[in-house]
Amino acid sequence: MSISDPQAPRSRLAVPELLIGIGLLACAAAVAWQTLAIPVSPLYSKVGPTVFPYITMTGMVILSLLLIVAALRGGWQPEEEKETSTDWKAMGFVVAGLVANLLLIRPLGFTAASVIMFVLICHGFGSRHPLRDALLGLILALAAYFGFARALGVNIGAGFIENELNTVINAIISTLRG
Amino acid sequence: METLNQLAHGFSVAFTPVNLMWCLVGTTLGTAIGVLPGLGPALTIALLLPITYQVAPEASFILFAGIYYGAMYGGSTTSILLNTPGESATIVTALEGNRMARSGRGGAALATSAIGSFVAGTLGTLGVAFLAPVVVKFALAFGPAEYFSLMVLAFITVSAVLGSSSVRGLTSLFIGFVIGMIGVDLQTGQPRFTFGMNELLDGVDVIIVAVGLFAVGETLYMASRRYAGKDEIVPLKGSLYMTAAEWGRSWKAWLRGAAIGFPIGAMPAGGAEIPTFLSYAIEKKLSKHKEEFGTVGAIEGVAGPEAANNASAAGVLVPMLTLGLPTSATAAIMLSAFQSYGINPGPLLLTTQANLVWGLIASLFIANVILVILNLPLIGLWVRLLKIPAPQLYAGILVFATVGTYGISQSPTDLVILYLLGAAGFLMRRFDFPTAPVIIGMILGPLAETQFRRAMTISNGDWSVFYKHPLSLTLLTLAFIGLVGPHIWAYIEHRRRRGPEHVPGDA
Repeated sequence: MSISDPQAPRSRLAVPELLIGIGLLACAAAVAWQTLAIPVSPLYSKVGPTVFPYITMTGMVILSLLLIVAALRGGWQPEEEKETSTDWKAMGFVVAGLVANLLLIRPLGFTAASVIMFVLICHGFGSRHPLRDALLGLILALAAYFGFARALGVNIGAGFIENELNTVINAIISTLRG
Repeated sequence: METLNQLAHGFSVAFTPVNLMWCLVGTTLGTAIGVLPGLGPALTIALLLPITYQVAPEASFILFAGIYYGAMYGGSTTSILLNTPGESATIVTALEGNRMARSGRGGAALATSAIGSFVAGTLGTLGVAFLAPVVVKFALAFGPAEYFSLMVLAFITVSAVLGSSSVRGLTSLFIGFVIGMIGVDLQTGQPRFTFGMNELLDGVDVIIVAVGLFAVGETLYMASRRYAGKDEIVPLKGSLYMTAAEWGRSWKAWLRGAAIGFPIGAMPAGGAEIPTFLSYAIEKKLSKHKEEFGTVGAIEGVAGPEAANNASAAGVLVPMLTLGLPTSATAAIMLSAFQSYGINPGPLLLTTQANLVWGLIASLFIANVILVILNLPLIGLWVRLLKIPAPQLYAGILVFATVGTYGISQSPTDLVILYLLGAAGFLMRRFDFPTAPVIIGMILGPLAETQFRRAMTISNGDWSVFYKHPLSLTLLTLAFIGLVGPHIWAYIEHRRRRGPEHVPGDA
């Protein structure tokens, strides 16, 4: 990540690891805040719903301090991970795909949102055939919608593609029944 | 004798056409996801959890167990041909197996790993059938305090003893605890860690956590590392049939691997890495062909660890079925499937759910037979799966991830949580935090809390209950040794060798 100098001695401060340690400390603080918000009935005071949260919080504080100490001593990220520079562009496309899916799944329905996500992620991973990917994504999304989700009895809502197809399928079934 | 009767009964359950079909579907799917990099049994079983609302418990557990065993078989194919271990348990297989494939003996490596998996899987399943009733007799004497201490021991071994760092392992575990506590506290009805959001009152579904960490996190990680270079598939050369010499070198390694793997898997510690590494070390030491290790690839180095891996996978089922103690991410997700049926795994499971348990064990024998057939004569089919290009593979994984997550309650909030967990999973991969303890922590944490509160209620709030019961004290002492022992040992070793110099990165 930010440390790219391979000659750097390992005893220097590792910023990403330090941020992780501080992040965990912040999580511990959030746990403390949420634990204080749990109303405790005096009847349960000995073994109430807050005992385990407090134990967890204590553990997290100790662990985050240990992580911060380790970060101050040079961090722990494996050399192999450090040497590989992050492909931010590829990650950016994957994140864009995920965000598009999140924003579009309600208005457009699962299939359409999935196709857009599929194309963006393929592009992120280096595929340069958006039309072919869109077709593949469509087939896969429909298979997931009509196969996987139906087999599991999961309801993932219907968008315009699903509605059109359902109408077509129902029409075919009713014609077949005569 | 009773075990044999029960087992016979189990076979009558497993041999119904419907259950055989589930077994076949599970083993096929399991092999496929084992072969495909980026997909594992924990993720697959999590995505299929909604099936527990559709079919009988026997059917879904036969399906899940088929996936669980199948992934072990499929994973070794990828390790041998691609040198990308799909799972930590197949790292060792990749060491020698990939070298064998490169020197034109890939066929023999695949054969010894499939047959070794069959032998060890069958021995391991026999081990489950005979050991489970023994553990049950022992476990019936457990009270809440003992259960809690046993879970503490499992927490420590799963997160702190195995893996590269106890601090990072425990951090993952505690994150799991926090996720597990989100929602309404079942004993007092108080909401916890919901941040005032009604969506969180029901807690965070294990599907979202598993899919976030394993699918979204993995995809982000693979995208970030496109510069790291790709592994190429070694074309499958050489006969799939082993020569007499290769059989001679394999069979002892299989038996030794099974003998190492099963007991370690069956301990409440779990973990398939240690037995595979142990087996590898032993085979290397005993081999008459030491020069082949690390050069052209030694067949013992594939046979032993593969057997150990499969036997320990079987062993993990013992604490899961008899104590309700999952020691791997996959076992933890299977435990949540039990909960979804309202079944509590524990010592009573073998008597109250005899059909389910013995049907499951019998189906594991059948699964092993199906798997050795699927993975030897049909190996060409699975090799073709390896050729699915990464862009479409990962994009496809995320389409299924969306179905699994959005399908729970059609809530975009779930997708937001999914992506946040995916970001966390990415950071965890990048910074070497193990992910399995998160899943184990979120499933087992609330159970440990229940036992803890039960024990404290019985003792009227007296903490001494955990160290006054001798068994509980022993378990806690073992956990303490597991946590502190390796550090003291490393410190002594270090002092002896190099004097008081600092070791970097020993967190």
